[in-house]
Amino acid sequence: MTPQSQMQTVTGHPILSRPYALIAEFSTPADAIRAAEKIRDAGFRKWDVHTPFAVHGMDAAMGLKNSKVGWFSFFGGLTGLATGMSMIWFMNGFDYQIVVGGKPLFSPLYAFPVSYELTILFASFATFFALFGLNRLPRLHHPLLRSRRFVQATHDKFIVVIETADPKYSEAQTRALLEACGADQIEMVEET
Amino acid sequence: MSEVTTVKVQAPPPELARQPLVLNNHSFAWISDKISGLVEGKTQKWWWPAFIISASVMLMMFSCIAYLISTGVGVWGLNQPVGWAWDITNFVFWIGIGHAGTLISAILFLLRQKWRTSINRAAEAMTLFAVVCAGIFPVIHTGRIWFALYPGFLIPFPNSNSIWPQFRSPLLWDVFAVSTYGTVSLLFWYVGLVPDLATLRDRAITKGRKFFYGLFALGWTGSNRHWSNYEKAYLILAGVSTPLVLSVHSIVSFDFAVSQVPGWHTTIFPPYFVAGAIFSGFGMVLTLLVPLRTLCKLEDVITVRHVELMCKVILATGSIVGYAYAMEFFIAWYGGNPYEKYAFMNRAFGPYWWAYWTMISCNVISPHLFWFKWCRTRMWFVFLVSIVVNIGMWFERFVIIVTSLHRDYLPSSWSYFKPSWVDICTFIGSFGLFCTLFLLFMRFLPMIAIAEVKGVTAQADPHHPAGGAKGEHH
Repeated sequence: MTPQSQMQTVTGHPILSRPYALIAEFSTPADAIRAAEKIRDAGFRKWDVHTPFAVHGMDAAMGLKNSKVGWFSFFGGLTGLATGMSMIWFMNGFDYQIVVGGKPLFSPLYAFPVSYELTILFASFATFFALFGLNRLPRLHHPLLRSRRFVQATHDKFIVVIETADPKYSEAQTRALLEACGADQIEMVEET
Repeated sequence: MSEVTTVKVQAPPPELARQPLVLNNHSFAWISDKISGLVEGKTQKWWWPAFIISASVMLMMFSCIAYLISTGVGVWGLNQPVGWAWDITNFVFWIGIGHAGTLISAILFLLRQKWRTSINRAAEAMTLFAVVCAGIFPVIHTGRIWFALYPGFLIPFPNSNSIWPQFRSPLLWDVFAVSTYGTVSLLFWYVGLVPDLATLRDRAITKGRKFFYGLFALGWTGSNRHWSNYEKAYLILAGVSTPLVLSVHSIVSFDFAVSQVPGWHTTIFPPYFVAGAIFSGFGMVLTLLVPLRTLCKLEDVITVRHVELMCKVILATGSIVGYAYAMEFFIAWYGGNPYEKYAFMNRAFGPYWWAYWTMISCNVISPHLFWFKWCRTRMWFVFLVSIVVNIGMWFERFVIIVTSLHRDYLPSSWSYFKPSWVDICTFIGSFGLFCTLFLLFMRFLPMIAIAEVKGVTAQADPHHPAGGAKGEHH
């Protein structure tokens, strides 16, 4: 093999650049959790575990805090309720007044069903956008997706990723740590 | 983790052991391959004939709608005093079908019923398509539909006449309830799809698939930092969909209950409609999934246990519906209102007696067959009962709407409603639309939630030996 052909990734693209992350493959969720606990305790910050499904207990093993999505949903719902009530007051109680059966022009009771639906609608949209916003998605390209090994994470493998940008990262020591965790395979992913 | 303690857990006695949700101890890879294979593999032989028939029936509906709009609502059989007939019957029928999808995806999720994972994707798709079918009827029944669609008449919009919709009317509440329901169901369904679209993207061997699945997967990589937000968002969407689904059919029932018509003006309507909706929706889920599990060879994922559990939901909701029928009759007698009493006697023994007794035999008698295990475990039998449930629930709405209207307070206008051929073809055509959308869905999208099904297997549990546990505590 010539040096030129060694400079190819598995996908056949020429390497133009620097290492991005060290990835380690595990085949069971329990192995991945044990590895995550070790990496968490070693003090890494720019790292992640990619799994085919949400693994129960992984958040604690990685030391993640409770997700903030709920706050967005809460304020979204509140906005929906306020929008519904004020919209109906404006339309039927103020701007275009219709007297029906001598009833008050505005009452929160008749405005409730529509405001209730809008509460749910706005809360759902807030949740949806919070989910993808907090995850920094959509993202149409990711250096990790270039690796044939990495994409097994949406199939049946559990992949621990430690980015080279992490302050604790050092090629030899991090590789040794991942080996000590019992990784099946370890691979360096390059960034183009 | 320094000290490893061995904890011996005894296996439960055989009579308490639960059947696994995925049979034959299949691996994660098998689940991905099996379900993605339905999308990636060759089109199955039965698919094209099914699609062509459905699409033709759908075209029949669109032709009928074009004829209706170009001619006027006189092409339908309805008239005074039966001003609502098949149009609103079909609307309530379809919107009710949708409710099972949300029940499975939201309420069973909150109740931690893990068996929902095998059926929730298809049931949610069914919900969306049923809402599409439902939405057509109230729009076309207005006759001059451009007024219904014109911004400002149903959807609040500052128009040149500077008038606003009237928010005291349950019909307007319905507009908000149904459109919110459709939108939130779509968001919920799409959030569930994202991880599976990523699976399909990463498996793709053609450029087109890589592009389209990649586009809609939004760059999902299965990161646990993402899963953490995802799980929370999913829980919240389930939490808000639960009061939503209960409110939608309650508000649909207000369309009737808030009026003064004997037979409609009853307080039992909201819970009775919600139970009926779930009953009919599970009927439709079984009608779709019982044949599909055989045709697509999904018996290990949608197991006999799944079908049995759905039959039990039908039994429970069918009993509630039967109770509601009895209670309506009791209150009509006990309330002492002569108009109310007449409306109910006329329902059972008047000119529409045949519709009433069809409804009773389909909805009250047939679900009770599911007390027997024999009935719940014979797939052909379950399929037949599910069709009977669908027929019964259509008749329920027909009975409520038409028998209450055809005898109004003015005996000179009493009449007997008969549907025209346009009524019949439009309704049959809506099944074509529903089936066409469902066939397209199952051909191009994973019809079972891949990631969620993986998550409920033994090998996904980090505390189970199959998941790699070595007897330690986390």
